[in-house]
Amino acid sequence: MATGEISAASLRPPVAERLGVVGWMRRNLFNSPFDSVLTVILALFLAWALVQLFEWAVLNAVWRAESKQECEAAFRGERGACWALLRARFGQYVYGLYPVEERWRIDLAFVLLIVAMAPLFLRIGINKLLYALGLILVYPILAYTLFLGGRFGLALVETSKWGGLFLTLVIAGVGITASLPLGILLALGRRSRLPVVKALSVAFIELVRGVPLVTVLFMASVMLPLFLPEGVTFDKLLRALVGVSLFSAAYMAEVVRGGLQAIPKGQYEAAAALGLGYWKMMGLIVLPQALRLVIPGIVNTFIGLFKDTSLVLIVGLYDLLGMAQLIIKDPQWLGLATETYLIAAAGFWIFCFGMSRYSMALERRLARGHRR
Amino acid sequence: MSVSRWLLAGAALAGLVAAGSAEAGETFEAVKKKGFVQCGVNNSGLPGFAQVDDKGNWAGLDIDVCRAVAAAVFGDANKVKYTPLSAKERFTALQSKEVDVLSRNSTWTLARDSALGLDFVAVNYYDGQGFMVPKSLGVKSAKELDGASVCVQTGTTTELNLADYFRANNMKYEPVVFETNDELITAFQAGRCDVFTTDQSGLYSSRTKFEKPENWVVLPELISKEPLGPAVRHGDNEWADVVRWSFYAMVEAEELGVTSKNVEEMKKSTNPNIRRLLGVEGELGKGLGLPNDFAAKIIAQVGNYGESFERNLGESTPLKIARGVNALWTKGGLQYAPPFR
Repeated sequence: MATGEISAASLRPPVAERLGVVGWMRRNLFNSPFDSVLTVILALFLAWALVQLFEWAVLNAVWRAESKQECEAAFRGERGACWALLRARFGQYVYGLYPVEERWRIDLAFVLLIVAMAPLFLRIGINKLLYALGLILVYPILAYTLFLGGRFGLALVETSKWGGLFLTLVIAGVGITASLPLGILLALGRRSRLPVVKALSVAFIELVRGVPLVTVLFMASVMLPLFLPEGVTFDKLLRALVGVSLFSAAYMAEVVRGGLQAIPKGQYEAAAALGLGYWKMMGLIVLPQALRLVIPGIVNTFIGLFKDTSLVLIVGLYDLLGMAQLIIKDPQWLGLATETYLIAAAGFWIFCFGMSRYSMALERRLARGHRR
Repeated sequence: MSVSRWLLAGAALAGLVAAGSAEAGETFEAVKKKGFVQCGVNNSGLPGFAQVDDKGNWAGLDIDVCRAVAAAVFGDANKVKYTPLSAKERFTALQSKEVDVLSRNSTWTLARDSALGLDFVAVNYYDGQGFMVPKSLGVKSAKELDGASVCVQTGTTTELNLADYFRANNMKYEPVVFETNDELITAFQAGRCDVFTTDQSGLYSSRTKFEKPENWVVLPELISKEPLGPAVRHGDNEWADVVRWSFYAMVEAEELGVTSKNVEEMKKSTNPNIRRLLGVEGELGKGLGLPNDFAAKIIAQVGNYGESFERNLGESTPLKIARGVNALWTKGGLQYAPPFR
């Protein structure tokens, strides 16, 4: 009898109140009197905060002014955001101190990169691995020549003038492209049977992971010049690039090692049974599976690296954050800390969010083989 | 790397490299050879002293020292390359010859002048701890601050100087301490205390962040000495002379009334002091290894000290810093150039 009742009840259409948005809200937001009160309070607070933010950032904001003083004069009643800062200095947020008339070189390099990378994302019949390797070897030289100049009739622009979002992307780009292969080698080295290779890899990874990036950069910029022979000075940016790359390689190695350990022993044995040597076994059987497993970890390291690039400001390089701080030191714009930090934060967020979305898309595409 | 280099590196680790001195004339020759002055400046920027304008050029009172040196050596104030340096790496950069001049709001102290292996050559801004009060308080001098509550950043020498000053003047005060400058500014504006104390240049730049800057005044007294000036490597006297007299040329020009506008007319002046300064008479440049008209070049391209001060810090800027102790000695200040003769 009980069975009959239940089946009758389950045959009835669901109660309207349990469906759709209203149903969801009932279940999640107004489940009990306490929940309801909490929901109302939080909603009110959220609405109040959003209204305040909207008023500050949009309604009372000033977009056209030549200085903070003009902004202040333009506020009607309530003080709003002075986005005139962004208008006036947009170029410096993006290109740093790079000379205005040479900025096209950065744009050109960026467009070239997109064009050159397009085949990697299209389904066309080329050997993508070879193409990517070629790109990694050729593009940096091309971009470096364009950025620095000093030959082929391009004016020389020293690295001390590179800055803003451009520099952030250069450091992150170099760090990312250098750290993945280095990290893979270190991970393989750590699992190697050769004692010297293993010891060196372990020592490097543990040493680098044991110190903060700030220390590495600081050593590179303050101590290194004292050890070098007189007259030999490494470019500051180069020092930072090497530091950042080695640092993230150590983290990358541990992520990749995680992937390697997740591959069943049978895969190694099967590869060996087929007569594959070490490099073929790794390159054809183990790494493709291992790397696919650790995509979230790899992208996580990339995102971390992208944000860590802002640490170069302690060695006198102006990445996006450094530039944001420098810009408001001009007495014309002094005191607009909130605005400038929000601009920098927005810049970082756009790129980090983009990377995370790309990684999710990549995972979905590569996971196809795993679906049964 | 030869063995001796390794030894040098070892010595550096042991902290012995601090005395990295230069041979006389070395820097000057190197600068002339490479064709520009490498100048170390404040990497995080300091409003009015070192900042970047909307075209991406460095500007400020400290920057003008670099430009003056370039104008003196090359006749072109733009032959400067800037190396942004943090407070921690600035002296290393000078010792390791990464820069030729350090013009980065550095305080001249005995320890730095001796043990760090550098030489301060002049003072381009006399800073020191000062006081700011709301205009409505009606206070004209720090001596009237008995019983006041004072906002001060904790754990700084500022706090100690404050205590010393009030005790020495037999006055009472009530300290209100804060961790960061931003907290302090907010509290001060909200009326948590009557007085705000920190370095005077810092008071002025904080004031521009206030909602109504015109409602606050900086009192004239300085209660500590923070002489800021350019530095060069120890022992390189010829180069030190070039930097020193490039700066003094600006000060002397102000005293003699020579400006960037009238410098060409002034060359026809009959005043022997002006004629010597501008190189019309005598051979003052020769002794420094500079062209005889080096001062005229500086004044034409960078301006005299007063012009530089006004352009970067003065009433025409949002900072509105009063000349105060940085006025010429003839006007009751401390800026004084030894005679050009």
